[in-house]
Amino acid sequence: MSADFPVALVLIVGSLFVPLLRGRWRAGYLLLLPVVAFLWLLALPHGEYARFELLGQTLVLMRVDRLSLLFGYIFLIAVFLNVVFSLHEQDNAQQVSGLFYSGAALGAVFAGDLFSLFVYWELTAISSVLLVWAGGTDRAFRAGMRYVIVHLGSGMLLLAGTVLHVAQGGTLEFGRFALDSAGSYLILAAFGVKCSFPLLHNWLQDAYPEASATGMVVLSAFTTKLGIYALARGFPGTEMLVWIGTLMTLFPIFYAVIENDLRRVLAYSVTNQLGFMVVGIGVGTEMAINGAVAHAFADILFKALLLMSMGAVLLRTGTAKGSELGGLYKSMPWTTGFCIVGAASISAFPLFSGFVTKSMIMAAVAGEGYLYVWLVLLFASAGVLEHAGIKIPYFAFFAHDSGKRCAEAPRNMLVAMAAASALCIGIGVFPDALYAILPYTVEYVPYTAAHVLMQLQLLVFAVLAVFALMRSGLYPPEIRAVNLDFDWFYRVPGRNLAGFVIGSAARVREQLAGWGQVWAVQLCERLYRQHGPQGMLGRTWPTGSMALWVMALLLAYLLLYYL
Amino acid sequence: MISQHFPILQVVLPLIAAPVIILLRNGRAAWLLATTVSWVSLIIALALLEQVSAGGVISYAIGSWPPPWGIEYRIDQVNAFLLVLVSLIAAVVSVYSRASVDAELPREQHYLFYAMFALCLAGLLGIAATGDAFNLFVFLEISSLSSYVLIALGRDRRALMAAYQYLVMGTIGATFYIIGVGLLYLMTGTLNMADMAHRLSGVAEVKPVLAALAFITVGICLKLALFPLHLWLPNAYAYAPSAVTAFLAATATKVSVYVLLRFYFSVFGASAIFLALPMGQILLVLSLAAMFIASTVAIFQSDIKRMFAYSSVAQIGYITLGISFDSATGLTAGIVHLFNHALTKGALFMLLGCFALRLGRVSFSDIGGIARVMPVTAFGIVLGGLSLIGVPGTVGFVSKWYLVLAALESGQWWIALAIVLSSLLAVVYVWRFVEVAYFHQPDAKLAKLKEARLEMLVPAWLMIAACIYFGLDAELTVSGAAQAAATLLQGVR
Repeated sequence: MSADFPVALVLIVGSLFVPLLRGRWRAGYLLLLPVVAFLWLLALPHGEYARFELLGQTLVLMRVDRLSLLFGYIFLIAVFLNVVFSLHEQDNAQQVSGLFYSGAALGAVFAGDLFSLFVYWELTAISSVLLVWAGGTDRAFRAGMRYVIVHLGSGMLLLAGTVLHVAQGGTLEFGRFALDSAGSYLILAAFGVKCSFPLLHNWLQDAYPEASATGMVVLSAFTTKLGIYALARGFPGTEMLVWIGTLMTLFPIFYAVIENDLRRVLAYSVTNQLGFMVVGIGVGTEMAINGAVAHAFADILFKALLLMSMGAVLLRTGTAKGSELGGLYKSMPWTTGFCIVGAASISAFPLFSGFVTKSMIMAAVAGEGYLYVWLVLLFASAGVLEHAGIKIPYFAFFAHDSGKRCAEAPRNMLVAMAAASALCIGIGVFPDALYAILPYTVEYVPYTAAHVLMQLQLLVFAVLAVFALMRSGLYPPEIRAVNLDFDWFYRVPGRNLAGFVIGSAARVREQLAGWGQVWAVQLCERLYRQHGPQGMLGRTWPTGSMALWVMALLLAYLLLYYL
Repeated sequence: MISQHFPILQVVLPLIAAPVIILLRNGRAAWLLATTVSWVSLIIALALLEQVSAGGVISYAIGSWPPPWGIEYRIDQVNAFLLVLVSLIAAVVSVYSRASVDAELPREQHYLFYAMFALCLAGLLGIAATGDAFNLFVFLEISSLSSYVLIALGRDRRALMAAYQYLVMGTIGATFYIIGVGLLYLMTGTLNMADMAHRLSGVAEVKPVLAALAFITVGICLKLALFPLHLWLPNAYAYAPSAVTAFLAATATKVSVYVLLRFYFSVFGASAIFLALPMGQILLVLSLAAMFIASTVAIFQSDIKRMFAYSSVAQIGYITLGISFDSATGLTAGIVHLFNHALTKGALFMLLGCFALRLGRVSFSDIGGIARVMPVTAFGIVLGGLSLIGVPGTVGFVSKWYLVLAALESGQWWIALAIVLSSLLAVVYVWRFVEVAYFHQPDAKLAKLKEARLEMLVPAWLMIAACIYFGLDAELTVSGAAQAAATLLQGVR
């Protein structure tokens, strides 16, 4: 084998053959692809491969180092879980686009230059929108349009940033950027869209919950984590990110509390968890970066687990709305159990994965003296427990009995959830395995008495507070409502403004086109008069006139030479 | 050793083949002989190219009379490259010609066609191989006279008129050339081009030399159809038999370009008078005019062969544009486009011949929806058209890339812009074909047609494949052209 082979092609090219297979062959093939790619990664030595020269710049399709490998591993684990989870799915479009999309994200992680990053960046956008559209509803179609516009926009920002960066004397290499030029700000903004920075975040909560039951699991794993990878690669230690990340941990909590659609609750929780990672990248010390990427690793797993459990619920009951669910633990005991594992992991209970990763970020933040940030993160941790740790399992599986009685989730879904649960607990119990593959050496010890005690205090009191609020009736009930987020501004007044601008532009264009048409017609007529078959330049000349031309040219030459 | 005599065999074999064909008087045997001779020529040309790149310039003294007294055949990087091109096109066209000629010419003229074809090939190869200015004139006349006959064989009655006009113009061109050579002989006392170059630097009286330069320039520019001396070309190409158009379009003008290069760089290049002249500027203006005006005229043509003929005039403009830069990159661009355009136009006219085989004539009004009945031919024309436009992945792109590089290198970025703009005109006329061939419904008469015969399609597609291959891997052509350019520029001081 050659290290020059871009591993992403296993998935990208492999996905195209899925429609050719049926039944058991198809299942085996789907499972085989991520395994092959994973084994490939294991055998890869560090270094830069698949280098090409293009217009004096070097393209690197395979940059293998600890950071890219870590994301490569987790992406492929996620692909495998997704494949297992969606094995029952007969829709070729979803399977192909899901694999293609995962492959593009994998390619982006290994891209060593900005140009190939851009290509993969756009590929993820285009392939993932098919997953949103696979939701099949009109809402899903419209949300998908908004989604793809935002992400293609992100790609354009990245391209513009790259061009400016190179024009100002930079190279195409995708390394660390100094935040000192318009180019680097544009690139940061492009990454920020993927990471759902505040005010750039709405595509996430807008589009993800509209995707199909399996589609949302796939979506949540790659796009945002690709953004985190790009940030960790390009902008570690950028102080601005600390404040942005803090804001990201905070504001989704309030939306998550009042949101009724449990999948949308999880979408808000994605932004919230990303906030922790962005803070870690902003702090930029070795421990903070370790914490950020480790948390990304853990987050992919427990977020997938939670979304799978909600996907299973959606599949069996046809809804994921808190107001319509409840009491499902009787029908879906296994799903309930897995969901609770996911909830415990995201809430960072000791012995679960969130605990060993998030605490590294917290410790790094405290170590660098960001007191207020640390306090906000603490509050946000309590908020996570509330909306993701309690609300999700409680409203779906317990609370008041909705009377729904359904079958347990399909076997493949259970297997996928069991595997994800095992990984969540495994990381929580044996954190050293994960620590060993982090970009920097880890000296952090998660399980100290003080740390465990403090975390338990926080969690127990938070749980207490939630139930106290519920008892006293102060907790917002699960009601059917649409919550307005910032995106209202660009969906309603923004659309009107756009309508106005487009309208006026159309009128101006019509006017110009009218003039242009007259002018073009005149030009064509004139051209035809001269160049057409009967025109001076196009018709067959009498021989004498041809000879005259020869004489004229000869005279002209002689004249010019003799001058 | 026979390989020592390759320079003369290259020319003499087709020259002898012609009278033998006349004696045979049998169409099939004539074809076989002409084809064999063409392929043998190709082998010899390749061997010569090999010899030149291994051992440098080959000088062959005819009849063992040493130059400058005897006639010398002088093969260097430039004409070795050209010999390969000409014999390659001849070899491919000769295979193609059997079916095409069967369909387009009456039986009793077949052997005449092949005799003229062999003569024309001998003339073109002779022009390229010889190092003697007067010998060059002789071969110029051999190739011209045979090509007048070939064009006149066209079944359209206008072919006679076109051949007649070409005869008059070609004769004027050849006369101008020989007047120029006469003046040079007067001033230097030699006809050997290398010797002439050497002696020109010592000539004190420059006026006759300048006149010689003007006569030779105009004479050759007529033969290579530089705008505005192109007027003979569209009709000649449009009404000649298909095989003739493919052969002449790919070779005749290219050989004339070679003669121009030879005189500009190898003969006059070494003398000081050349530097002071506005050669480059004049050529530049005429090239740009050709690129734009001829392309625009092509857009308005209703006969497709005539459209591509005008496109040839425009493409010759690109070649001379490259020469006008007078730099290594410019010359490389010009020479590489000479090769690339020969491939592209050869292929296009061969494919048009496939239409002609089934339809008789090829004007836009006759071929609506033809892509459904002759998909292979139509798609080949689209690929060739893409190469004319200069789409990446085709040879056209390689040429334009080097042309733009040369323009930027000379600091004239507006020329680079003009190159791109004129390519847009090619988009228009190629699109015209695509629209008519693909987006119209074939009428009842057309719907009954079959795809062209394989023995015509295979050679044509071979050329199209070459267009793509050399577009993707330009190493061979560009390095060959670069070496030729370097050889030419050596002559300039």
